[in-house]
Amino acid sequence: MSGSNHAHGHSHGHDSGHGHGHGDHVSHDDHMEAHGSLKDYSIGFILAVILTAIPFWLVMTHQLAPGTTKLVIIGFAAVQFVVHMVYFLHMNSKSEGGWNMMAMLLTIILLFIVLTGSIWVMYHMNANMMPNMSNEGSSVHGMHDMQ
Amino acid sequence: MSDIKASTAGTLNGADPSARYFVRDHHPEQGTLLGFWLYLMSDCLIFACLFATYAVLGRNYAGGPSGGEIFDLKLVAVNTAFLLVSSITYGFAMLAAQNKNVGKVQLWLAITGILGACFLGLELYEFSHLIHEGFGPWRSGFLTAFFALVGTHGLHVTFGIVWLVVLMVQVGKHGINGANYRRLACLSMFWHFLDVVWIGVFTFVYLMGVLP
Amino acid sequence: MHEQFDLAKLIFGRLSWEAIPTHEPILIGTFIAVILGGIAVVGAITKFGLWGYLWRDWITSIDHKKIGIMYMILALVMFLRGFSDALMMRAQQAFSFGDSHGFLPPHHYDQVFTAHGVIMIFFVAMPMVTGLMNYIVPLQIGARDVAFPFLNNFSFWMTTMGAVLVMASLFVGEFARTGWLAYPPLSGILASPDVGVDYYIWSLQIAGVGTLLSGVNLIVTIVKMRAPGMGLMKMPVFVWTSLATNILIVMAFPILTATLAMLGLDRLFDTHFFTNELGGNSMMYVNLIWIWGHPEVYILILPAFGIFSEVVSTFSSKRLFGYTSMVYATVVIMVLSYLVWLHHFFTMGSGASVNSFFGISTMIISIPTGAKLFNWLFTMYKGRIRYELPMMWTISFMITFTIGGMTGVMLAVPSADFVLHNSLFLIAHFHNVIIGGVLFGLFAGVNYWWPKMFGYKLDKKWGLYSFWLWSIGFWFAFIPPYILGFMGVTRRLSHFEDPSIHYLFQISLFGTLMIAAGIGCMLVQIAVSIMNRKKLRDVTGDPWNGRTLEWATSSPPPDYNFAFTPVVYDNDTFADMKKNGYKRPLTDYVAIHMPSNTWAGFVISALSAVVGFGIIWHMWLVTGLGFVAMLAATIYHTFNYKRDFYIPAEEVTRTEEAHTRLLNAHV
Repeated sequence: MSGSNHAHGHSHGHDSGHGHGHGDHVSHDDHMEAHGSLKDYSIGFILAVILTAIPFWLVMTHQLAPGTTKLVIIGFAAVQFVVHMVYFLHMNSKSEGGWNMMAMLLTIILLFIVLTGSIWVMYHMNANMMPNMSNEGSSVHGMHDMQ
Repeated sequence: MSDIKASTAGTLNGADPSARYFVRDHHPEQGTLLGFWLYLMSDCLIFACLFATYAVLGRNYAGGPSGGEIFDLKLVAVNTAFLLVSSITYGFAMLAAQNKNVGKVQLWLAITGILGACFLGLELYEFSHLIHEGFGPWRSGFLTAFFALVGTHGLHVTFGIVWLVVLMVQVGKHGINGANYRRLACLSMFWHFLDVVWIGVFTFVYLMGVLP
Repeated sequence: MHEQFDLAKLIFGRLSWEAIPTHEPILIGTFIAVILGGIAVVGAITKFGLWGYLWRDWITSIDHKKIGIMYMILALVMFLRGFSDALMMRAQQAFSFGDSHGFLPPHHYDQVFTAHGVIMIFFVAMPMVTGLMNYIVPLQIGARDVAFPFLNNFSFWMTTMGAVLVMASLFVGEFARTGWLAYPPLSGILASPDVGVDYYIWSLQIAGVGTLLSGVNLIVTIVKMRAPGMGLMKMPVFVWTSLATNILIVMAFPILTATLAMLGLDRLFDTHFFTNELGGNSMMYVNLIWIWGHPEVYILILPAFGIFSEVVSTFSSKRLFGYTSMVYATVVIMVLSYLVWLHHFFTMGSGASVNSFFGISTMIISIPTGAKLFNWLFTMYKGRIRYELPMMWTISFMITFTIGGMTGVMLAVPSADFVLHNSLFLIAHFHNVIIGGVLFGLFAGVNYWWPKMFGYKLDKKWGLYSFWLWSIGFWFAFIPPYILGFMGVTRRLSHFEDPSIHYLFQISLFGTLMIAAGIGCMLVQIAVSIMNRKKLRDVTGDPWNGRTLEWATSSPPPDYNFAFTPVVYDNDTFADMKKNGYKRPLTDYVAIHMPSNTWAGFVISALSAVVGFGIIWHMWLVTGLGFVAMLAATIYHTFNYKRDFYIPAEEVTRTEEAHTRLLNAHV
């Protein structure tokens, strides 16, 4: 865990009054940063509660088949992600001149590459190079041949 | 983007061809919020690595327990509630900050911090219970990946709470000046981002872990 | 688990007097040399009463120019260390045949090749590139500093502290013996129980924080602080490549951080990320580390490409050909660099389908690089070319790097790679592109921008000696490894039995000695230039008839860079200004808002080095106290709200008028 300390121990460090610009004016920043309203936060909260409660309920009460449940809860997670972005983080294509949105999109793409790339690569590595692992309940079901 | 309007207000006589090439008074835009957002994106990638590792190692039980055997979904549901509610209480703090209402800011920050501490407390209870049973991170690849992912998230929450306390002191001292508002906005992004990561955690680790 | 409480153990962990390598003559010799050199430097500083000056003007400076120079000094010092590692390896391999075993036992040799790689990549190339971007980017966009000047200082000191830890491993303990990427299970606690891998992990974690934060810093600088009128497509190409580089940094370094943290956890807490038993998977480390590793090499090369664009256009006296395609090529390279990583481990066993995908993607990524090369050639075509040193380095780059790139395409074919992977062919390939691309680019950049930074040009004669020794010596050093690798010789070996290949290692050593002479000439070039600086003086601020904004300032620029922020209408802004009869404004200066110096960057970084050292040696009390101190210092720093000041208008006037007098005296 120690490694992550360094990245986060400095989260105080770089938020504080950097650069030039008006010391005490809040209004200047308001133009740059979208800010929420009570309505936004409330809608977001209610949506998030619903989008959380339903997946928990589905899993805890075994309403659907496991495969279907997995897809459904992933779908709900994706939607709740958007809800958080829009209602809590005020994400829109205008904030910071569009750079916030671009940064987020690039990050999501790379996240996708890291996740699917790793899963794809490691699935093949495991299948070819670790043949004993299929006996231990791994996700490689009954694959004994080279992929 | 940068200010495109070119002011030629600094010149001795209008016919000087050089005058259009400079401007006397220029204040570059504040970059703190964008900078912090970029840092958060990099933090996303740390979590991406941890999620990827969990995806790869997550079924390596090594004869030890699986997720279904050790996860207590009721506890996780309570924890999720703590975090989600803390997100909206922080939202209320930001609304108060926009209105420069120091008292309300402090109140909602305090509530957020307490909810965060409850989240951490419950999580520490979960961890210590698992370790007590012999299911610590050294038991199997699955448990290693689980503790790393959930633990890193918890560490972030811890640092968030430390930051929150420091900010409360600073707001108490200096009110909601420009710098403090920026800091509150940054912590806001951080705090909501932690809730976003938790969506991934409870979905992919806990809920999927319980499903066969 | 039932040990008695031992205070000495709590304080000193596993550190003991045995950690000092008293029976290694090379290390003792180095230690003595360092002590003597250190005493000399410290003595000189004390004698001339410079401690205050150093603290005020350099250590606590938040000026991007000073920080840039400090990065480059760090890079140069570490380059000498990294190159001596190279020389030792070449010498060992040239002598260690049959009965002769050279002078480096395997235990030591393994640390040398590991340290060589780690130092060259993390503590030479990265700081050098970062230093140049730090210095030049704000000037090229017409800004007064970077977006987060305090963070800039902190980033520099974090990088330096990482270097300090690596250097400390020479004299206290030892370094890793795993190669520069430290694959488990060799780097795990069972196979490497000693401190070496821990030094590796923590020096890179500390330096990595610095790098990540400077990435954020430069992106925000470029996005937010461009002069009025400078839209994205009017930025100099070096700024574009810097933007792409820093996006890569922000999007890649977290992966290194996470992966090394996981390795650290395996070593410290017996977790099973990458172990051989209980469900770990060491192949996952290789996968993750190269997801970082491939973007890393593009982080190194993209700034060099930017430098070449600037140099080619300036010394061909011509606008860069195909600016738009250059920008697109840069962005495409940036994105594609995330889709090729598996080509570093084709042979690990992912099979045909995975290997084919990555083999094809690797070949595709060579295309935008080729496009850049053609653009540079088209820029030179029908230009009025001046063969100053920066241009000469560029031409040497074009030839050297292209050949190296072609061997890369050979390696991109998975079936060929099965023969060539981890052979000396691979070594030759990456040195070919890193030296030919990154290093020659940095040499071009240094020669190009030195006059801007210091006010005088570098001596051309010694520069030429250095250039030819490097350009020719490189081929003597690296053609033999190409041949040897093609014949099947493996990398990282310290002893050989086959006498028929001996002569190739000897040729390689000869080439390395030529390069050593080239480096010597470079040091002489710097020394001679400093001694002759009055004669080599440039007072105009524009010695090369430059085309971009940095040349519009004095050399060196004043603290505030620009008395008035420039307004931009076209690419090659300064060329445009000169063409339209621009004259410096001479009156009506205003006060300028500047950030203040800071102690916090240095102090917090130094504490992080203490914490790192503590973790390495299991000195838990030191670690705990150090971490608390870091946190306290950080929080204390955030209570300081008064971090800026104004340069009064009178002082700006004095500075500008002095520059005007200088210009008039030399016309």
